[in-house]
Parts: sequence; C-alpha cells; structure tokens
Amino acid sequence: MTTLTTMEKKDTRSGFGDGLYEVAKKNDKVVGLCADLTGSLKMNKFQDEFPERFFQMGIAEANMIGTAAGLAISGKIPYTGTFANFSTGRVYDQIRQSIAYSHKNVKICASHAGLTLGEDGATHQILEDIGLMKMLPGMTVINPCDYSQTKAATIEIADHEGPVYLRFGRPKWPIFTTDMEFTIGKALHMREGTDVTIFATGHLVWNSLEAAKALAEQGISAEVINIHTIKPLDNKAILDAVANTKCAVTAEEHQMNGGLGDSICQLLARNTPLPVEMVAVNDSFGESGTPMELLEKYGLGVKDVIAAAKRAVSRK
Amino acid sequence: MSKTTYELENYVKQTRRDIVRMVHGVQSGHPGGSLGCTEFLTVLYQNVMRNNPTSFDISGKDEDVFYLSNGHISPVFYSVLAHSGHFPIEELATFRKINTRLQGHPTTHEGLPGVRIASGSLGQGLSVACGTAQAKKLDGEDKLVYVLMGDGELQEGQVWEAVMYASHNKLDNIIATVDVNGRQIDGDTKDIMGFADLKSKFEAFNWNVIYMDGNNLNDVQDTLSKAGVLSGSGKPICILMNTEMGNGVDFMMGSHKWHGIAPNHDQLAEALRQNPSAVGDY
Repeated sequence: MTTLTTMEKKDTRSGFGDGLYEVAKKNDKVVGLCADLTGSLKMNKFQDEFPERFFQMGIAEANMIGTAAGLAISGKIPYTGTFANFSTGRVYDQIRQSIAYSHKNVKICASHAGLTLGEDGATHQILEDIGLMKMLPGMTVINPCDYSQTKAATIEIADHEGPVYLRFGRPKWPIFTTDMEFTIGKALHMREGTDVTIFATGHLVWNSLEAAKALAEQGISAEVINIHTIKPLDNKAILDAVANTKCAVTAEEHQMNGGLGDSICQLLARNTPLPVEMVAVNDSFGESGTPMELLEKYGLGVKDVIAAAKRAVSRK
Repeated sequence: MSKTTYELENYVKQTRRDIVRMVHGVQSGHPGGSLGCTEFLTVLYQNVMRNNPTSFDISGKDEDVFYLSNGHISPVFYSVLAHSGHFPIEELATFRKINTRLQGHPTTHEGLPGVRIASGSLGQGLSVACGTAQAKKLDGEDKLVYVLMGDGELQEGQVWEAVMYASHNKLDNIIATVDVNGRQIDGDTKDIMGFADLKSKFEAFNWNVIYMDGNNLNDVQDTLSKAGVLSGSGKPICILMNTEMGNGVDFMMGSHKWHGIAPNHDQLAEALRQNPSAVGDY
C-alpha cells in the first residue's frame, strides 16, 4: 500500500505562477493576461521576467477573453488569469463564442475556486465553474490537487492544442504529488484499496487520502484515485477501478450538480450501475469563514468522506 | 491591382443581388445592415487589405486582417469573401442551409476561408482585434487589424472595455469602423439607447476619429486611405461610417424594419431589377 506523507504546504495558485514562469522560459509563444489580480494569481515572476509578453487587462474580464482569442489567432498561447468566478460565469458567452466555438488555443487559468477562498464569502466562491466549463464542446477541464500538480498542469497545457480551463485555489495545502507524472486526461492512483473507490479532484484529494487512512484503521480498504482532468474523463481508469471495488465515492469542492460526481455517475449509469455517494456542495452558496471551517460546514471534510465511503460500502 | 470605381460599382450591385437572393432563398437572414455595409466591405476587400485570399491562413501572419463583430450581416460578408477569391461564389447558394459552411452567423467551425472567429453574440470583435493587434506589435509586424461593429452593438459594455484597452496600449494598428445606420431591431438607436455624440466619446477615450459616408464609394476609398495613413500615430483609429440600412434597394431604406426579414418573391424581383448583374450571379 502506498502511503503519502507531506511536510510542506503551498497554495496551488503558486503552482500556477511557477509553472507559468517555467513554461514561458521554454516557449516564447506563451503570453499572460491578467485582470488586475497579478499578485493573487502569482503572475509577478512571469510579468517581471517577460514584461513584453504580459498584458495587464484591468478590471475588464470580457475584454480579456476576447483579447486572448485574438492573440491565439496570431499563434500565441495565451494564459488568462483571474479568480474562477470572473474566469467563467462572468464571461461565459465570451468563452463560448470567441474561444470554445471558435476553437482558440486559450488557457483560462482560474484561481480562488470554491469554498476555500474563505473569508471573502459567496460572491467570490464559485462552485459552479466546472459544470459551466465542462458543458462547452471541446473544452478541457483540469482541477489539480496540490502545488506540484498545478505547476505540472500549467506547463503541460501549453502543448495541448485547444481551449483549457485550469482551476486552482487560494489556501496553503499539503504537497504530495511532487514525484508523480501528470498527463492530461490520465487519472492518478494515489492509494490502493479493495472495498471502495474514492474519486477525488482538487483540494478534496488530500481529504480523501486522510479519510482512506482513517477508514483503514476501521477495517475498510479505500482506493483513492485523483481525477485531475474532469474532461476528458479517464473512463477506463474509473471503470477498471469500480470493477474491483463495486462502489464509489466522489469528492470535490464544487456543486453536486455539474461537477466531477455528476460526470462519474453518468459514466457508471451507462456502463455499470453501482452505489455512488457524492461529497460535494448540495445546491447551496457558501459564506465567509476559514477554509477549514467552510469545508466542515458544507460537508466536504475528512469525516464526510469517511461517512460517504461507509454508506457506499453498505449499499453494495 | 486596384479596382476602378466602375468595377467597384459592379461588385457592389452584384453583392446587393447576392444578399437579397441568399436571404430570399432561405427566407431568413439580415438584409438591411448587409446592404448598408456593401460599399465599405467591397472597397476593403477589393482595394485596401493586404491579404492573400486564395491561400487563406487563419493566423493572418504578416497580413491585414478583418473581423466582423456584428456577425448578423453575414450575407454581405460571405458575398464579399467569395468575390475576393476566398471560396467559389457558387457556395453562396448554401447560405443557412443544412451542412453549409455559410452558417447563419460566421464561424470558424466549418472552416470557411476568410473567417477567423465566430461572431453573432455582439460586442466581442473589438476585443479580438485588440489581441491580434497586440500580437502583431509583439511580432514587429506593420500590418493592420480592421474590425466592423454596428452602432447598436456599442450598447454592449465589452466594447467600451476594448475601447479603453486599445488606447491605453496605443494599438494604433487597429482601424475600427462603426456602422452608424441609426437603426436596431426594435427601432431607431436614438430611441432605444441613444449615444449622444459618438465622436466625442471615442475622442475622450483617446482615439483618432474620422467620419465616412459609407455608401459613397469614393469617400470610402479616400477615408480608408486616410485611416491607413493615421495608423502608427500612437492612437487607435475609429471610422464613424454613416450608412443607410437597406441601401440600394429603395423599399428597404428609411426604416429598421428590414433588419432581419426576408423579401418575398415580388420584392426580390424588384430588388434585382434595381441592381442589374454585371459580374455574374452565383
């Protein structure tokens, strides 16, 4: 059994900032656009090192999306940066027409996603963005789980031709994928198990690993699979996993409607119907609080993943 | 080689014929704004733009590029693209029909040469132009980015985000034309959401602003030349182009009513009678 331990914590947005700097060093087509949140998105290093390739867009996200499309037409690889709320819901039609339908090679990079944005409250805590983005034909949707994976994903997407939504967050979070490979659309096995498979994405991967440890002490063997790419979904990895465990839990910092769980339920319903329990926000907005308080209050804590796993096992 | 005024007049008449025939053929589409912009797009594509229509490259690298932001006037766009050599004019017969590359609103989805971005949902084209203009500057190119918007379209807030961005970043390689026909679907723009003085608005945003009579071929040619000279002067260029919606078909002029309806058989015959073919129908 693999046991993942961590000593260090870092925010996933720093993984984006460092990844952007790294990929820009290698690829001079990479350009960065930011809507007045350069510090929050950790784009300063890129901006300082490549000022001619950095475009300050001001508080004008719709124009940022269109400008990115225009840059992409000319062969650049634009990375847009703002909060997830303003990266998606605020500019949905601009993304739909100028990027997705027009198939432009734009990387929409979205920080401060989900409840763990914390104290700023529900206006900024978007929990619908994965759903919005995954519904767009041709859009790749990636939600990495820690600093290292976010950095790897930021570098990797430059080589992927087509629009990408890359979602990450604000809080410092354990780093545990440093030596792991990242391939778009390829699920990562984080922990072996035989009684239940936990499919987790983003920050909830760590909570799921913690839950699996606790479950093991209680005699339940939980497999944990990191679905960093929600679209295209790694159907084979998911179906192979549940062929052994016969039940599943999904875990994500997103609405239940439209999220990872929803995608996995569709896949299982069409192929191999079996018990699924979903750890996600249940048709509710968030509120102010610390990230950990919010995860607990809205049912996304370690204890919630444990409870969901037990329910799933009991329904087999 | 530049077309003479006589040749341009023939292209204009031909495009008017194409517009009313295309819209009549599927009993849908937008003839009014299309007819109003016929002279402008004809001159732009026949005499002004430095591009390579017969081997279309979507990147527009080292070429002048044009973005149609008010995508609903696709009939005039398609006709002008075809007559400038982007694709065979016979394809105009497929407008808005199943499996066509000539979708109701322009798109790159079907790979139609001449189209670099989808448009139709209004207000987005100037932003796209900003991106391409920025890229051309980054690459040290001296080519220009043209964009056409409707005047009603200026009611979209995104346009003003882009107006602000373009001047702040000195995108003097953008020539943005506004089709000031004073009409939109529900009526006259002054009644729906008036702009007061557009020239002073753009000038307040630090743009160079020039007027053009969009239905006068000579004035279009002269003004586009003047705009080209103004490029590179540190400010983006706005052409306020006065046009008559429905221009060239008398019963479609003087009203907003022909924004998005198709002529019947008799109306088509009358429109064609007013614009005899000199280039050849599709």
